[in-house]
Amino acid sequence: MWHNIWIIASKPDNIPIVGMLVLVLFFGFLSFWLAFKNDRIRRAAAVRPKPESGKAKRDAVDVIDIMYPESEQGLPKKVSCWPHLVKLEFICAIAVMALLMFWSIPIDAPLEEPSDPTLTPNPSKAPWYFLGLQDMLVYFDPWIAGVLLPTFIIVGLMVIPYIDVNPKGNGYYTFAERPFAILTYWFGFFVLWVLEIVIGTFCRGPGWMFFWPGQEWDPHRVVAEVNINWNEFLANITGVTTLKTETAGLLLGIITILTYFGLGMLIPYLWLKKRSAPIIDQLGLIRYSVVGFFFWTMMALSIKIVLRLAFSIKYILVTPWFNI
Amino acid sequence: MLTEQKEKIKDIVTKSQVYKSIFRRGFGDTPRNRALAILGNVFLHLHPPYVMRHALKFTHSWCMGGITFLLFIVLCFTGVFLCFYYHPDKINAYRDMKYFEYDVPFGVVLRNMHRWAAHLMVITVWLHMTRVFMTGAYKPPREFNWAVGVILLVLTLLLSFTGYLLPDDQLGFWAVTVGTNMARATPLLGHEGPFGEQLGATAYNDIRFALLGGSVVGGNALLRAYVWHCVAMPVTAIIFLAVHFWRTRKDGGTAGPL
Repeated sequence: MWHNIWIIASKPDNIPIVGMLVLVLFFGFLSFWLAFKNDRIRRAAAVRPKPESGKAKRDAVDVIDIMYPESEQGLPKKVSCWPHLVKLEFICAIAVMALLMFWSIPIDAPLEEPSDPTLTPNPSKAPWYFLGLQDMLVYFDPWIAGVLLPTFIIVGLMVIPYIDVNPKGNGYYTFAERPFAILTYWFGFFVLWVLEIVIGTFCRGPGWMFFWPGQEWDPHRVVAEVNINWNEFLANITGVTTLKTETAGLLLGIITILTYFGLGMLIPYLWLKKRSAPIIDQLGLIRYSVVGFFFWTMMALSIKIVLRLAFSIKYILVTPWFNI
Repeated sequence: MLTEQKEKIKDIVTKSQVYKSIFRRGFGDTPRNRALAILGNVFLHLHPPYVMRHALKFTHSWCMGGITFLLFIVLCFTGVFLCFYYHPDKINAYRDMKYFEYDVPFGVVLRNMHRWAAHLMVITVWLHMTRVFMTGAYKPPREFNWAVGVILLVLTLLLSFTGYLLPDDQLGFWAVTVGTNMARATPLLGHEGPFGEQLGATAYNDIRFALLGGSVVGGNALLRAYVWHCVAMPVTAIIFLAVHFWRTRKDGGTAGPL
């Protein structure tokens, strides 16, 4: 079993993927550890009695606590770039160059046979950083997985600063002050991007079929997949055969998608309104809709994955021109 | 006697017109000289003369932005050397890879370093983005710089992707075939995408044809990938990098609590 994993992991082009996983986990834990530490410090500072002069701003006190250990708190806030920063950059550059050298000498960049359009390798894989998108091809048609989702990812990332109206947590690690933003980011980045790359590398074998790590990549494996569309699935459970018609499928698909986004927008709105959370007024209608759209689109990916794996559902909406 | 002579030589050198025309400051460790070391050097001038103390902490910045830029420079240098030997056509491209392997002095290390630095750069860009997100450094006044950073992230991936094809081996060929096949399915603009056929898109006029310079990944695609990879995208990246660094400084340097 380990032999098979080792064969895949030790491919020269897959070493960066293993490295990426280690680095992302390390820095992920580091950032959360720092965030929780800062939150503890701020909670402790909040119950501390105010300084007697009453002039010092509470926030400023907390922030110094967070950034510097007590021994450094009296030092000047600014330091000269030369030599303090330049020195660090230099050391860092040497370390990276050394790593690169030691990586480049023993491990050769892969070079396979000359390209041959008549000889398709199985599986044919995109470059490793796009494997998440390629894996989405299992669950979505190419125009969604290959065009729409990348566009949404780019636009979605770019709008983050304009839809995140929470003024807290600007410039320091914290979790308690922005849990929704951080959890959403890690769901998108780690679960949907990094883990999908790992699955695409280690678990997708011939025919892009799923193999558990260590399972032999048998090119002759046949898996009988009986995927059905959403309306057929509903027809099967309810027993209403008219749902199987094309028109019913079209209508049902449109209704399902509209209901999904409609409820996705409405329920959090009502819930926040009921608690009279100030975030609703801070966001305003346009920002709220943008947040809702991108958030529920991202969630739709995982929902579609679950629907496919658990109930073999192929399409939610079937039209003569495109399917979702 | 010897030290006296040494002092004399040092005097002659450092007071000469040539030396003074190049180095404008003395060696004394004064605040003025420290500032001049930064201000008087066009490369170091990317920095402000003073930075916030927290910006020096490894746990705060992870050094990821700087490492990414270093890797970009490494890629530019190794890339130029690779360009000396590489011909972007179907006959020569793969032969040149073998040429690197067996003939070019340090050719193997050169190619290895270019590839591993490229992979590493993709990873460090993601980590840099994660750090910026986790410290909330995209919040006002740095919103626009975050957007510029996203463009740089996309450029990094595209640079890596266009470079993938250039060895013209099975790995690159099929990876790029899989990647560009997606373009077929572009809504409206691809011949297999929604409404593409209705708008008259065929395999010979759609967006994939424009990307590849043909309907298959052939010689034209190799040339286009080469031009994108070696000229168009690095230049674009450098322009966006300049904006990114400039805005980092103008928006107050590494984000910290103030």
